[in-house]
Amino acid sequence: MEMLVVFVLILVVAGFLGAVTLRRRGSLQIEQPSVVPSTAEATPDTAAPVLRASLKERLGKTRLSLATYLRNISGRGIDESVYEELEEMLLLSDVGLPTTTKLLGAVRGKIAATQGATGEDAVAMLRAEIEDLLLVGVDRSLKTRDGAMSVWLFVGVNGVGKTTTIGKLAARHTTDGQTVMLAAADTFRAAASEQLTKWAHKTGAEIVKADEGADPSAVVFDAMASAASKGIDLLLVDTAGRLHTKHNLMSELEKLRRIIDRNPGALQEVLLVIDATTGQNGLEQAKQFAETAEVTGIILTKLDGTAKGGIVLAIQAELGLAVKAVGIGETVTDLIDFEPHEFVSAIFDSED
Amino acid sequence: MFDSLSGRLDGIFAKLRGRGRLSERDVEEVAREIRQALLEADVNVKVARSFIERVKSRAIGTDIREALNPAQQIIKIVHEELVSALGGETGKLAVSSKPPTVILLAGLQGSGKTTQAAKLAKLLKSQGRHPLLVGADLQRLAAVEQLRVLANRIDVPFFSEGADPVAVSRAALDEAARLGRNYVIVDTAGRLQIDDTLMAELKAVREAVQSHNTLLVIDAMTGQESVNVAVAFDEAIGIDGVILTKIDGDARGGAALSVKEVLGKPILYAGTGEKLDEFEVFHPDRMAGRILGMGDVMSLIEKAEQTFDQDQKDRAEQIMRDGEFTLEDFLGQLRSVKKMGPLQNVIGMMPGIPKEMKNADIDERELGRVEAIICSMTAEERLKPALINGSRRSRIAAGSGTTTVAVNNLLKQFGAMQQMMKQMGVMGKVMQKKAKKGSKKGSRVTPKGTKPIAGKPNFGGLGRPGDFGDLSGLGDFGDLLGPK
Repeated sequence: MEMLVVFVLILVVAGFLGAVTLRRRGSLQIEQPSVVPSTAEATPDTAAPVLRASLKERLGKTRLSLATYLRNISGRGIDESVYEELEEMLLLSDVGLPTTTKLLGAVRGKIAATQGATGEDAVAMLRAEIEDLLLVGVDRSLKTRDGAMSVWLFVGVNGVGKTTTIGKLAARHTTDGQTVMLAAADTFRAAASEQLTKWAHKTGAEIVKADEGADPSAVVFDAMASAASKGIDLLLVDTAGRLHTKHNLMSELEKLRRIIDRNPGALQEVLLVIDATTGQNGLEQAKQFAETAEVTGIILTKLDGTAKGGIVLAIQAELGLAVKAVGIGETVTDLIDFEPHEFVSAIFDSED
Repeated sequence: MFDSLSGRLDGIFAKLRGRGRLSERDVEEVAREIRQALLEADVNVKVARSFIERVKSRAIGTDIREALNPAQQIIKIVHEELVSALGGETGKLAVSSKPPTVILLAGLQGSGKTTQAAKLAKLLKSQGRHPLLVGADLQRLAAVEQLRVLANRIDVPFFSEGADPVAVSRAALDEAARLGRNYVIVDTAGRLQIDDTLMAELKAVREAVQSHNTLLVIDAMTGQESVNVAVAFDEAIGIDGVILTKIDGDARGGAALSVKEVLGKPILYAGTGEKLDEFEVFHPDRMAGRILGMGDVMSLIEKAEQTFDQDQKDRAEQIMRDGEFTLEDFLGQLRSVKKMGPLQNVIGMMPGIPKEMKNADIDERELGRVEAIICSMTAEERLKPALINGSRRSRIAAGSGTTTVAVNNLLKQFGAMQQMMKQMGVMGKVMQKKAKKGSKKGSRVTPKGTKPIAGKPNFGGLGRPGDFGDLSGLGDFGDLLGPK
């Protein structure tokens, strides 16, 4: 019973209001800041457009060329600006400040131990650090069972590409001669099951679906039964996109998991789908989904853009969750295995 | 996971206490913290840099001696700069003098274009306009069906006939004329900004419909890429405004600042949920608070002001001061808070509440039960709970349809709350004294209205009461709201 929590929260809300009212009335006789300039005079309206234009110009030139950073650095000796530029490069790849700081800290340590190190050395060391981070004893294979049904559950926030990813995986496995079934447990988004049905037709997979608004656990239940009786090799379960902050939707996921677990050992993968353009929120997504759905791996989608998906570095560093596949386009074959070397190259060797 | 900026700056300024103006070096240190906060919020590195330059130029030489709290003063500057950066020209849809007004939605895959198209149609419809929804996303499987279903749901006509997006969009204009619709909303396929073929196609669609509002739909969770996306789409089709989606999550939404800075075009709307009415006009001030990790205090206060009446506010003030608190007061608060909407949402807007508590499963019916229990007490009992003996307990339980155990629990928890309030009252008095002294000396005073919650009282099993520490920013944040 979380009643006391609720009480306290009510109290906090009420108390907060009291405090604000109090403050507004000046009952506490607090001196008001006299030096704070008003918003009107402070806004540098005249300066802003100029700044904007130049910023845009600069971004226009460098937006595809992280490589220019590296070229700059490589020709130089080591000074603080080298670290600053490496930091900026990592940040621009969405690696995030904590992981960036950690990586650069390691590079600093190595540089200090190396006589006459150059910018080139720093780049190479950073590269090695990232590869080490990505390579630490993780298994990137997508698991299946021999001779028994395997279930993969797909989870993630809205719009990351769960349904499309499932379509691609269905194609891959039907081509390999396996029997595949899709469970359209996204009963929330309009036409989600139509989308999955089209994928089923395209790939020759079976599909279990229900009307919009139906109970997703019923869909999963039916799919489990149907897949078992038809001797399906691989059941791919699509779920509705949900923000990890929506508690009730997250518990729904837990329930889906429990239903699948009634067939012990069947659930081989719980895959969190993450969009490569996702920023620092990706880490929080991974944390929450990992906690609720016991995620076994990440699928990084939309990596065909210029986004680097650097947040997966933070996710692996903090949660030990590894990327198992990468989406690079909208067609059936656009799903590839994750190659750490390739990924690091994508960060370091951007073309102009 | 995120430390709020106020917490960090408090740390820096603790070291500076007693000094006068901020030196350039102090400002550098402050700037680093601000940068960190912006980066955590996914503001683009370069955008953050130019933004900080502006803040710095304002902060250097700021007189912190007279400021009641230097950290808050800096935050105020940052906040103001953010608001002005996010706001600027007010966002309004351009209306064509010759109907229909065409709205074209473009963006990356999965940013929420189809859903926003329907939401926008619903909004326009509620304003007495006559929108037509056009499904020109022929790329993603079932995208057209998705929009058709949504259009049906909000009872807005839908059109998607033609061999390619350009043909569909062109024919849609004729259809709008035929049906006498004065707004046409065109949903396009998601595309990567580097996909030249698809960008060319989008350009062709834009040419064909001559849209009056070309809107970029961007996900609040977007990272550094937001800038590239905005620039590329702007170059291709000329963006007039932005819709920021999925702000109901816990992403800080720094992408909003990045996009606004590089485009210089207004953010018109924000998508706040999956349902079709979860769509609102964009509030720069709220977004600014969010980027800084301050919670949505503005919305909260707005809501509170609407629901709490003057008597209650007076009473709340008195409670804060004296620490005296009765069941009657609690009942009043309970009812008002209930009126503010689902408790979970209210809590979501509060800054500094620990995640565990935000995620706590709150059964709203439980609130009803508590209300029933208090209502079953006599006026005297509500003022003096000590009166409630065994037989009274049974009577109250019977009257409220609960059990004596429930009544006991309520009384026990109320006792704990009273204890807390007392402590707050004590602190309140101390604060008052300090404030008076402070005003004479002009030294740094931190009149943290809600701070007492942070320290002392034991929340018994609530997890980490220390997390309430962040609420300290709240009291001071009240200043931002401008006590007039």
